[in-house]
Amino acid sequence: MIVSLTLLLLCQLVGEILARGLALPLPGPVIGMALLLVVLVLRDRRPGGLPPPLVDGTLESTGKGLLAHLSLLFVPAGVGVVGRLDVLAAHGVALAVTLVVSTAAALAATVLTFTWVARWTAKATAKPPGTGR
Amino acid sequence: MTNEFAVWVFLSRSPLLWLTVTLLAYVIADRVSAATGRHPLANPVLHAIWMIGLVLWATGTAYPVYFEGAQFVHFLLGPATVALAIPLYEHRVTVMRVLVPMLVALLVGSTVALGTAMATARLFGVPEGILVSLAPKSVTASVAMGISGALGGDPALTAVLVILTGIIGAILVTPLLNLLGIRDWRARGFAAGLAAHGIGTARAFQVSEVAGTFAGIAMGLNALLTAILVPVAITLLR
Repeated sequence: MIVSLTLLLLCQLVGEILARGLALPLPGPVIGMALLLVVLVLRDRRPGGLPPPLVDGTLESTGKGLLAHLSLLFVPAGVGVVGRLDVLAAHGVALAVTLVVSTAAALAATVLTFTWVARWTAKATAKPPGTGR
Repeated sequence: MTNEFAVWVFLSRSPLLWLTVTLLAYVIADRVSAATGRHPLANPVLHAIWMIGLVLWATGTAYPVYFEGAQFVHFLLGPATVALAIPLYEHRVTVMRVLVPMLVALLVGSTVALGTAMATARLFGVPEGILVSLAPKSVTASVAMGISGALGGDPALTAVLVILTGIIGAILVTPLLNLLGIRDWRARGFAAGLAAHGIGTARAFQVSEVAGTFAGIAMGLNALLTAILVPVAITLLR
């Protein structure tokens, strides 16, 4: 578990250095996510020589353990919002309506586009029986 | 009396108390959420937040004092974001198969999130200055605050709007997409992550690992695209 956590932190650290050093418009942890993905691909291309926790499923269970309670991790920042609701005071209602309308619109637009394009591309790539793999 | 006071002085200064309160509030909120079969309105983030807010108010504790303890939980957001690569890698075949739908949905969804926010806020007479802080509301907090700050907005206001958007999205996603009759977990997760960043992603992981995986991808991609789109939108509005 320590080896797995070290790898997660290492990816985040390199991600933060890249994000800040190159002034990228992405948070360090998101770049870290991409780096870990590369590590996982390389690991399975050429296994062997790596510490056991990285290949025996410990890394997977550590990562999924963190993700299982992702909600918890937003609580401290969320509590900060309770104390700052005063910034909404002047336009509270207008901003609340805006957030609800815009979030609902974004959800609907994204999900409908995704399913339409998925159906359309599935049809376009579907081959008659016997010709595909 | 003086002894009790000494105990309180110790507790209020040590991270132990507020870390424990954070976990306790979350455990209660999560139990309630599980007992209701993960009902959208029983969102654990929402209910843990007001419970802790109430405790802070009742004890007269300032947020920075609370955060001294809670920061250990907050810190784990970074490694957890990195860990999103693990389900993404495991579901890579599923993900690669819908690369095109994902990218088109990203473009449309990101534009709609930004466009409807600007249009609705203007309709209700929200002043120009606040629009900049509102524009990146669907993006993960650190990026949204960066965008808002760089364009002359108020990062603190942006942080509040981002968290509220996340909670609203996490509550709306299930009933709204049921209403639309969408059963595809890939599409549902992708929408949750795009519109409601990490809090939407957390909600998606509650219902399905595939949904959570797609939410994580959407969150990352939308951070990148919104950073490009917001300056364009603000220039157009001026």
